[in-house]
Amino acid sequence: MNKSFLILKREYLTRVKKKSFIIMTLLVPVMMAALTILPTYLAMMDDKEERTIAVFDPTGLILNRLESNEFTKFHYIPEQEFQKLSKNFSSDNYYALLHIPANILTTNRAEMISDKQVTFDIKNLVTRRIENIIEGEKRKQVIDETGVPDLEKRLSATKTDITVETIKLGDKGEAVKSSTEIAMAIGYAAGFLIYMFVFIYGTMVMRGVMEEKSSRIVEVIISSVKPFQLLFGKIVGIGLVGLTQIAIWIVLGIAIVTGLTAFVGQEATEAAAQAQNIMTNPAMGQMAANTPEAQNKVIEIIGMIGNLNIPLIIFALFFYFIGGFILYASLMGAIGSAVDSDEDAQQMMLPVTMPLIFSIIILFAVAKNPEGPLAFWASMIPLTSPVTMMVRIPFGVPAWEIILSMAILIATIFGTIWIAGKIYRTGILMYGKKVNLKEIVKWLFYKN
Amino acid sequence: MDIFQANDIVKEYAGHVALSSVSISVKEASIFGLLGPNGAGKTTLIRIINQITAPDSGELFFEGRPVKADDIYQIGYLPEERGLYKKMKVGEQALYLAQLKGMSKNDALKSLKYWFEKFEIQAWWGKKVEELSKGMAQKVQFITTVIHQPKLLIFDEPFSGFDPINTNLLKNEILELKKKGTTIIFSTHNMSSVEEICDHIALINQSKKILDGQIDQVREQFKTNTFEIVYRGEVPNLQYHLGSHFNLLEHDESSLLKQMKVQFLNNQSNNELLKILMNQFEIVSFKELIPSMNDVFIHVVEQNNREIKQ
Repeated sequence: MNKSFLILKREYLTRVKKKSFIIMTLLVPVMMAALTILPTYLAMMDDKEERTIAVFDPTGLILNRLESNEFTKFHYIPEQEFQKLSKNFSSDNYYALLHIPANILTTNRAEMISDKQVTFDIKNLVTRRIENIIEGEKRKQVIDETGVPDLEKRLSATKTDITVETIKLGDKGEAVKSSTEIAMAIGYAAGFLIYMFVFIYGTMVMRGVMEEKSSRIVEVIISSVKPFQLLFGKIVGIGLVGLTQIAIWIVLGIAIVTGLTAFVGQEATEAAAQAQNIMTNPAMGQMAANTPEAQNKVIEIIGMIGNLNIPLIIFALFFYFIGGFILYASLMGAIGSAVDSDEDAQQMMLPVTMPLIFSIIILFAVAKNPEGPLAFWASMIPLTSPVTMMVRIPFGVPAWEIILSMAILIATIFGTIWIAGKIYRTGILMYGKKVNLKEIVKWLFYKN
Repeated sequence: MDIFQANDIVKEYAGHVALSSVSISVKEASIFGLLGPNGAGKTTLIRIINQITAPDSGELFFEGRPVKADDIYQIGYLPEERGLYKKMKVGEQALYLAQLKGMSKNDALKSLKYWFEKFEIQAWWGKKVEELSKGMAQKVQFITTVIHQPKLLIFDEPFSGFDPINTNLLKNEILELKKKGTTIIFSTHNMSSVEEICDHIALINQSKKILDGQIDQVREQFKTNTFEIVYRGEVPNLQYHLGSHFNLLEHDESSLLKQMKVQFLNNQSNNELLKILMNQFEIVSFKELIPSMNDVFIHVVEQNNREIKQ
């Protein structure tokens, strides 16, 4: 096993020291963070620009009801100035000219004139404000016509917001507040993560085996170690590369998100009062949290995440991560040993990766109905269970199902390693022979 | 003493017999030539010696006792088709392979330093293998094969890909290793190098060993009692003088020094022939024609193939 450790060390270090690995590992979290946080941040920065919008309102409906905020000011102009501006909009004072037509109550149309493209946020802001005012105006007219006293107040009272709380009963019958959405999100994320990891690093094992075979170094190495030790060291070494990458991603991701949200959040606090009308963005949770209602929501979400069985999810994540990887990596290693060329490898890989791809195809169906027969069987069959069971676990799965699924996976891993070892041992020394499945099955029965 | 011995080795691959009852024994501190045409089963035998594969039946002995798994650390193997990790640095890789052969890191570094200096390739230590030429990579590979001072070395076509200067360098290294007591199994198709360095050979054809022995004895065994005589003078009717015991095979009178090849038909002695010839002309040289390993190889293999066909 000392030799396996040497091999493991080489497999690990050569890959971790590669430039492409370092770049990918560092860049991905930075890019992800940049992609989610930067646009929001930039949008907020943009909004700091002070703009004045000229308003011409012959109807008088809007007049003085459009309130200016810190960055967007409204300035009402007389007809004379409007005539001048609408013909030739060249003004240093005004960003745009808003024209409320006399028949706005029937046409529902207004126009905004500018010499530049009006920004999305401004257009949104103006539209929403006018909408509110016109809607209120129409409503008032209808209420006035009916003559029912206090109708306004009574109508307002009918406004309802319904929240269906999903409550899961815990083991001891206590009610646990749960959230289908959160369980789903965590399930998807975990399922995808396992799929990606198994696929990328399983392929890496295959490539490594092929490299050793085609460069013929394998013959020298297996004259000092057993083929199985070589395969074992390779799989574990590459698996650790994957775990290293994910660990770095998690740490960097958390660091970047905390760092940036703290930074963005500070800016947001100042802007919050004025910026309430800016499109809400999920990445700006910090900002939303400044209003008491949103704050409660965040606390509630955190509470619901806390109600999930976090230790179980983390344990299962690692278990299925490692189990799924070993299962597929040993199969891919066997394929790598049996083929001579990339094309052959692609062809042989397809039947092996099919169940993995299948488990991603059924991901949504499983998340929709985590107790159904599809979800159950797919989480028992070892080739699909790493992804499928991971999707199900946040919803809560009976302990016996988890234990059974894990036991089946472990048993299958032992069987697969045995088979893969046999194929590998014969395959790595077999050159210039086009192999098919029949041939490979024959190898299983070769004596050492 | 025999450092390695294989008795009655049989190996089959799905209906195809790779080795059928092959036995060899290799003397310590000698060079053993493992010969045979392509596909005869040499590589299979080498893999069995290396414990890469196990025989279906037969016994293997190392230093007089049955082989153990640990014995592979006493063996160094340079395969015919060779390669290294292309993206890995030369020094790192040599160190890795030495450690796989059971050396400690310090010993391996010390030993590598010695060999790199000897081959004057210290400058390659930090280079990647893909930057080296084929010949350069071969040198590195040779070092990684001998680095752990194995008792038994197996070289499969070691000279392929080397220029004459490096071939010579390598040949001298091999002879020096032998002098130090290392045993070498040497597989090649280059018969002149076999004659030059091997002490003992075994010839395998179509999965069977068909010839085995000391190289001098093997060649002796295939001699045809033919002598080459170079002479000065005129002899009008040579065969008449030779009589019925000697057969004139070739006679070349085109140059000043004339040449003939004579085969002994019965168990005549050399002196009898000399007596006859001495009376006719002045003898410049007289030597027995012993077949080259190349002749022996072709003769034996072709004859064996004919026998199998019948």
